[in-house]
Amino acid sequence: MTEFLQQLINGLSLGAIYALIALGYTMVYGVLRFINFAHSDVFMVGAFAGYYISKRIPRESLGGGLLVLAGAMLICAILGIVIERLAYRPLRSRSKLNVLITAIGVSLLLENAGQFFFGANPKVFPALFPVKTFTFGNGLVMSSNQMAVFIVAIILLVSLQFIVRKTKIGTAMRAVSFNPTAASLVGINNDVVISFTFGLGSALAAAGGILYALNYPSIDPLMGILPGLKAFVAAVLGGIGNIPGAALGGLLLGIIETFVNGSRFSTYTDAIAFAILILILLFRPAGLLGKLQVEKV
Amino acid sequence: MLEIKNLKVNYGAITALQGISLEVKQGDIVTLIGANGAGKTTTLRAISGLLKLQSGEVLYQGRNIANMPAHQIVKLGMSHVPEGRMVFANLTVLENLQMGAYLRKDKKGIQQEMDYVFSVFPRLKERQKQVAGTLSGGEQQMLAIGRALMSKPKFLMLDEPSLGIAPLLVKTIFEKIVEINKQQGISILLVEQNANLALEISRYGYVLETGRIILQDQSAALRQNPQVKSAYLGGG
Amino acid sequence: MLTRSQLVLLTAIALSVVVSLFSNQIDPYYLLVIINVGINVTLAVSLNLVNGYTGQFSLGHAGFMAVGAYTASAISLFVGPKFFAALGSHGTPAAGALFFLALIVGGLVAAFAGLIVGIPSLRLKGDYLAIVTLGFGEIIRVIFRNIESLGGALGLNGIPPYTNFFWTYGVVAITVYVVISMVHSTYGRGFLAVHDDEVAAEAMGLNTTRYKIIAFVVGAFFAGIAGGLFSHSVTSIDPRGFDFIRSIEIVVMVILGGMGNTVGVILAAILLTLLPEFLRPIAEYRMMIYSLLLIVLMLTRPQGLFTIRKKLSVSAGEKGPMAKA
Repeated sequence: MTEFLQQLINGLSLGAIYALIALGYTMVYGVLRFINFAHSDVFMVGAFAGYYISKRIPRESLGGGLLVLAGAMLICAILGIVIERLAYRPLRSRSKLNVLITAIGVSLLLENAGQFFFGANPKVFPALFPVKTFTFGNGLVMSSNQMAVFIVAIILLVSLQFIVRKTKIGTAMRAVSFNPTAASLVGINNDVVISFTFGLGSALAAAGGILYALNYPSIDPLMGILPGLKAFVAAVLGGIGNIPGAALGGLLLGIIETFVNGSRFSTYTDAIAFAILILILLFRPAGLLGKLQVEKV
Repeated sequence: MLEIKNLKVNYGAITALQGISLEVKQGDIVTLIGANGAGKTTTLRAISGLLKLQSGEVLYQGRNIANMPAHQIVKLGMSHVPEGRMVFANLTVLENLQMGAYLRKDKKGIQQEMDYVFSVFPRLKERQKQVAGTLSGGEQQMLAIGRALMSKPKFLMLDEPSLGIAPLLVKTIFEKIVEINKQQGISILLVEQNANLALEISRYGYVLETGRIILQDQSAALRQNPQVKSAYLGGG
Repeated sequence: MLTRSQLVLLTAIALSVVVSLFSNQIDPYYLLVIINVGINVTLAVSLNLVNGYTGQFSLGHAGFMAVGAYTASAISLFVGPKFFAALGSHGTPAAGALFFLALIVGGLVAAFAGLIVGIPSLRLKGDYLAIVTLGFGEIIRVIFRNIESLGGALGLNGIPPYTNFFWTYGVVAITVYVVISMVHSTYGRGFLAVHDDEVAAEAMGLNTTRYKIIAFVVGAFFAGIAGGLFSHSVTSIDPRGFDFIRSIEIVVMVILGGMGNTVGVILAAILLTLLPEFLRPIAEYRMMIYSLLLIVLMLTRPQGLFTIRKKLSVSAGEKGPMAKA
């Protein structure tokens, strides 16, 4: 039982990271209906931004850790906005495949630029927050880094939900995602809303990147590829375009992967996400929450 | 208020509007009638910035707004209730109305507008917490008009407000359109297939056929015009 | 009676025989580059049948290449000794027969994999299809990583270096011939119809799914053969060499050449294989320049470098929702 709970905790903490990345895919899909292939590399840039910022900031302190997190989120938000502005906006009226290929190009560019500027070899990610291990009564163990994942993920998810549900720009996001023409007729500048969406999604990816790096403390320019693809699967699993769905899909995928990894099929862990993707697209393309909720962004 | 001159619009190789001109005076209700595919919706979409113009001028309060983006035109006090209503079905009634006031910052004024919309369409007030997608067609039309009013427009364009709505509600909605015109002094350009109703509430009318204006006159006169009678008023 | 294209095919094969007679006089480095060019041309032309002609966007071509590479290598390594023992010879003709067998079986197994992947995925469109084929490609890789008899994560070593000029360009000639004649046959017009307007093609009574699957299977077959050529050229393979970056490289050749334009795609495959060799002096910037080029190309010439006639959209696909209607 303890082992099961332990695995569950590990799975949830991996899943929370997938969820943070998946939100970016799902929000962008909500407003533009296309898969932002470069999102996984924004996640990578987030981790590297954290790595470089942390060199100038005291390690293993709560304030320092939060500062690194905020800095990386800001950098990636800007990066996301710039990518959309330069690479995707000029193609907006073109076929979706043109945009998809461009996104692949941006993804390759970030990876190669990363290898050029950061070096291709893995770097050890520093401990940003105070390092502690919490042991609970029945033998459950949780590291402070796992704790950080849960707390940061919950805070970000709640804030995101607040932004999307309660603020004017969040409502505008939902409006644009439902009908961009109608949105422009009430005076919404779709470009601004789309930029905002990219910024928001990219900031979440940066947070995901740092939390990921904290728990698997090695980063390299290609680190985003696999988690990114899996997070995309999580978004599809939950119902692409659906914010609670992305969170649910991320958590589910994290749990499934962790349990498979702990079983004798562990060498197939990396294939699980794709098997899920194929099954979901074939049997329930709308995703788990896709049909139940009308709400989309 | 609004004057368009020699407006031309193409869809690819097809010419949708072959140079039309019309005018809406301050405080007026003007209607544009015509068969399906005559170019009525295209005209409105061209005016509100949803379509690129081939050539021509759109003078709004003396200023040429041709090819200005739609969201900026809203700022100038023009509101367009599009064909098919296009309410945000995923948002609540209240959120839809709030989006209508997207460009406004004056909280007090927005509340006044909201109260006014609710007084014109009490049904919306009852359903304000409801998701717009669950409203009936007529209620969605009310919401679409209400949403357009939230920006406090000086000029309102309505595209087929009677389309797909129960006949009883159509009458109510047309009464409300007149009421809005009278009470708020909003000038209105109305596109309708139901020519009878449209000519009844408007002062002046244009008849559009295959991208050209073929007839224009006082609405009362148009209703007596034998050509209009046989083609658009059901022969009688 | 031979048609003109059959004559061209035979000439090309004859030429590759003749050139291969002199190939030991070519510098080994250049020969290797030339063989790489041929393998990439085969991959790109076969993918073009899927991506270019039917407009179905596949990101899993490296997966089929892997299937062919592993199957062909396994035959050479494990069946080869018995084969030679049975023939009582392991001279050039015997090795040639074995390699031919290995390539064909590799292609057939890859085609079968293509069928299995194609039947469910081709129900999807556009970016979803791209992602699912990518997923299948990755799954194929993970499966190979788990087959211990095929070397697991370490892969296979000591594969006999059978690949030479003759085999490579013989395959190139056949691939180009098959793809071109498929597309230009009455039957093949169906591919273009599927590409141009799927709904209309269906309304005309074309079984679009069948066309898509045929294209997919034939594409996978030649990718498998290219895989066999590849493994018998580099002599050691492992699952990492067939990841989706490899697929993307092939996709880029197709895009650069202009989707659905075989000649353009061949030129692009040649160019993109040679380019890194020329860029060796500035190797660090190489991949950055490469990806930047791809973006700039999409922004300025989405129809490809070598396509003259203006073809705006890559698929008959839907426009984004932001397109002003």
